[in-house]
Amino acid sequence: MNITLHVWRQKDANDPGAMEVYTAKDVSADSSFLEMLDMVNEDLAQKGIDPIHFDHDCREGICGMCSLVINGVPHGPQAATTACQLHMRSFKDGDAIYIEPFRARAFPVLKDTIVDRTAFDRIMQAGGFISVNTGGAPDANAIPIPKTAADKAMDAAACIGCGACVAACKNGSAMLFVGAKVTQFANLPQGQSEKAARAKAMVAQMDLEGFGNCSNYSECEAVCPKEIKVEVIARMNREFLGATVKSSS
Amino acid sequence: MSSITLDSKVPSGPLAEKWDKHRFDMKLVNPANKRKYTVIVVGSGLAGGAAAASLAELGYNVKCFCFQDSPRRAHSIAAQGGINAAKNYQNDGDSVFRLFYDTIKGGDFRSREANVYRLAQVSVNIIDQCVAQGVPFAREYGGLLDNRSFGGAQVSRTFYARGQTGQQLLLGAYSALSRQIGLGNVEMYPRTEMLDLVLIDGHAKGIVVRDLITGEISSHAGDAVALGTGGYGRVFYLSTNAMGCNVTAAYRAHKRGALFANPCYTQIHPTCIPVAGEHQSKLTLMSESLRNDGRVWAPKKKGDNRPANQIPEDERDYYLERKYPSFGNLAPRDISSRSAKEACDDGRGVGEFGRGVYLDFSDAINRLGKNLIKERYGNLFDMYERITAENPYEVPMRIYPASHYTMGGLWVDYNLMSNLPGLHVIGEANFSDHGANRLGASALMQGLADGYFVLPYTIADYLARVGAQNISTDRQEFKDAEQQAREKTQKLLSINGSRTAESFHRELGHIVWENCGMARNETGLKKALQMIPELREQFWRDLKVAGVENSLNQSLESAGRVADFMEFAELLCQDALHREESCGGHFREEYQTDEGEAVRNDDKFTYVAAWEHTGYGKTAELHKEKLEFENVKLATRSYK
Amino acid sequence: MSSTPTTSPAQSPSSATFISASIGKKVLMAFSGIVALSFVVGHMLGNLQIFLGQERLNAYGESLQSLGAGLWVIRISLLLFFALHIWMGVKLKAENLKARPVRYKFNETVKASISSRTMIWSGTTILAFFVYHILHFTARTTDPRFLQLPLDMAGNYDIYSMIILGFENPVNAAVYIIAVGLLCTHISHGIYSMFQSLGLTSPSCNKTLHRFAHAVALILFLGFSAVPVGVITGALKLPKNPPSNNHLQSAQSLEPISIESGGES
Repeated sequence: MNITLHVWRQKDANDPGAMEVYTAKDVSADSSFLEMLDMVNEDLAQKGIDPIHFDHDCREGICGMCSLVINGVPHGPQAATTACQLHMRSFKDGDAIYIEPFRARAFPVLKDTIVDRTAFDRIMQAGGFISVNTGGAPDANAIPIPKTAADKAMDAAACIGCGACVAACKNGSAMLFVGAKVTQFANLPQGQSEKAARAKAMVAQMDLEGFGNCSNYSECEAVCPKEIKVEVIARMNREFLGATVKSSS
Repeated sequence: MSSITLDSKVPSGPLAEKWDKHRFDMKLVNPANKRKYTVIVVGSGLAGGAAAASLAELGYNVKCFCFQDSPRRAHSIAAQGGINAAKNYQNDGDSVFRLFYDTIKGGDFRSREANVYRLAQVSVNIIDQCVAQGVPFAREYGGLLDNRSFGGAQVSRTFYARGQTGQQLLLGAYSALSRQIGLGNVEMYPRTEMLDLVLIDGHAKGIVVRDLITGEISSHAGDAVALGTGGYGRVFYLSTNAMGCNVTAAYRAHKRGALFANPCYTQIHPTCIPVAGEHQSKLTLMSESLRNDGRVWAPKKKGDNRPANQIPEDERDYYLERKYPSFGNLAPRDISSRSAKEACDDGRGVGEFGRGVYLDFSDAINRLGKNLIKERYGNLFDMYERITAENPYEVPMRIYPASHYTMGGLWVDYNLMSNLPGLHVIGEANFSDHGANRLGASALMQGLADGYFVLPYTIADYLARVGAQNISTDRQEFKDAEQQAREKTQKLLSINGSRTAESFHRELGHIVWENCGMARNETGLKKALQMIPELREQFWRDLKVAGVENSLNQSLESAGRVADFMEFAELLCQDALHREESCGGHFREEYQTDEGEAVRNDDKFTYVAAWEHTGYGKTAELHKEKLEFENVKLATRSYK
Repeated sequence: MSSTPTTSPAQSPSSATFISASIGKKVLMAFSGIVALSFVVGHMLGNLQIFLGQERLNAYGESLQSLGAGLWVIRISLLLFFALHIWMGVKLKAENLKARPVRYKFNETVKASISSRTMIWSGTTILAFFVYHILHFTARTTDPRFLQLPLDMAGNYDIYSMIILGFENPVNAAVYIIAVGLLCTHISHGIYSMFQSLGLTSPSCNKTLHRFAHAVALILFLGFSAVPVGVITGALKLPKNPPSNNHLQSAQSLEPISIESGGES
């Protein structure tokens, strides 16, 4: 099939950037979206044009590196699928596809579709952990954890930190990402002693990074490749409120 | 040409007491003095991330580097199945010794006993540590940890977190690392790639890196360097590794004098989704756990084009069950992979290109019900359907082996230190624990063992011996290395030929896969050893790299990595050619039984082949570390 | 020093105050929203008394008026909560616009409801209508007839007739219904948001909560629209017998500004 691509090109963080049009010819329906871009890039490189830069690594939907907004939707039209797992059979011959970077003030564009997501790392550094040093941990079975709690924690822990939630949110809010981590630890006995502090510290850092506020659009949930639910946001709100009440009393 | 003697530094004494004894014998760094030392950790996966966090917790200054945009993205994240530990929670007869024995045997008696025993010992601490970090392992209704049997083990010792065990373990290490970054004990450098190792008076004291955003090349000095930079599976181009996985850090250390051990031990994972076309950039692994319920078969008739469902039962060859009745579909990876290749070579492969066999769940679905299968493998089935557009509940999956893990790596002693003093190598990047073949769910175990529980002890011994040196990057050694890195970068950009690095990589991968893949022979290897230098020569003549030096430039990153694969591939084939036996992931067609089983040559090859770089395009020099087996008897590996 | 000092996240230097935290603002939004919603519900219940007849409605109005200073306390607190709601809403919106400075060329929405995406616009329109509505039925400055209405049999201001006169004009009725419609879309997302912001949702009750929010909004819409619809369709008519002369007293002598209480509509 032949596809027309409208791609955001931006030389570096200071370049204003613009959409450019390319054509992808003879694309196999079995190729992945990124492989289609590989083909286009091979062509561009032959012509001496700097290829379209895009972040990608594992190409199996788990590392969270890929970060394309395809036709206005982070990771593209297929639900619960990262851009790297999207295949061209989701499109048809003659389609025009818009490819843009994740848009949020907290995710500045570095080049083309590559954005800087280190804000997420800094949120994690503020409190996304349980404070245990290596060594000295008690036997793994010393604290039984009900299966339901472990499963809930796992549901939240499935987050791959891709940032699609932020990109999809009309407010550029990171609540789903932060809520997922807060929820994971809030469900586990190991996470209890620090849970109030964790919620406050992570939220403070999130705000500091310039992410927007949650308007409960649920766009984040709709595009999350790991199907993290907005209830993690409610859980974080609860933890945050609890932490505030506790520290003021 | 050199006088390297390989001293494994394995402590004396009974196997079970070696590690304890060694920990007592090693020198310690006084707690107050730890902050005087800087340790450079390259890589932020299970090994690198765990080591960086643990060293920082101890009080060392740590600088950690990764090429990804965040330490959380290291490729350890993609491991699906699980992590082994000799906890014996299931009361099924597991023990440290059994895990040790299984690993030695699984590695086809080509690993170092003492290392493997230590690995089995600390495996139990890993699980404790991860649970304390909040890793949500699967649990039973009573609240205790669940285990499964995995990858040919006859005990249930594998801990798992759905199909995302690697992710959860990495996020655990990442959380520990994040905490230390937040506390200011680790300086993290994401999107930064190591280009060279810097030696001062023969000791590894720093690295040269390129900032992948600005293109700036700079140096970092430390008192020791630890490489946790993963394996070289992308030498085959198509592999289950991430696109960014590369041999560059390890290979450039090799060029500075670190010996590269057993490069020919590569693991080909049996259950990957087959290649779908020329456009393919990577292969996707389907967790080996699928083999617990799926049955592997190929048609009995050659060139049988009928859809799987129309091939009657008696015309199907369940070849693993036939050849290995006691292990059946759970036969180890190397054996399963080779059997699939045999079936396809025999003209009985399925799918468009005839490179695939079936993994059939219809029996399991009939026996256990679709719901239970969905519960166990739902996410894997979904993934398969997303990629192939076939519904595995209705038609059997098609699978084919793909490069997955590399057992070979930089040579290290018992302290995980290479022959270059100060250079430590951890995780998949070293060669130490898996011998010629790695068992399922053991990679995560080794990465975390090295990072959490081995390196933090052993590096102290080195540091205490040499003392804090506070080396400056103003030294000439750093300036020279930086200059060389810049020249290499400029050279790549200045060729201005007609082919991209990606296309060279694809061609290189094809040569290596065809001649040094699942099965190797002298003729093929010699052919490859002739083709690789030719291709490399063409690479340096006809490469085209778009973009500029001082900017984010993915073409340039790729070109630098492919350049190293071009050299490394030759070393891989050379090692494969020299090892005239079949063992584990290294199968030489000349050395097999009439039934096609691997034949080792213990008299001649019970050693680690550690190669010394002798110059660009020159044949590397072999050094041997004899493997001593005091606790297990060398036996023919049989899974019949 | 056996190891680095163990620091818990609590000691992180960047501990923001409640109101400057995004969740804090959302919580204030939710609380003020609850107050506003209670008012809206009470208001509707008051309005619906029109169907119980002229006397009943007018008496209800008088009972509110008789609260005297208490009424002013209620009015002022309500206004303060409205102000807080508006202040937070504007502040959040301003921050949100800043957080997403560049828009997508290809704009797409996967899941967000129209009501959720138009909160600021429905809110602004409601505010404008609110002002008009107060001038119309409470201050009664937009329609001179309201000030000349005779007192009812019980000597109370004739709210009943005022409402019917007010809604006899189809434009008035239409504007009212549209405004109430916007209010209800605002509320339908608002109720769900309220629970979410206060952390009172869970995966098991999320669907129910959405349905509940929609149901409340629908009930409010029907309840509010019933009055103008009743007037337009003729179900509600001006009383046939005008009040007797001895009760005739110009409404002008009443206190002209009587927010809410006199203007239940």
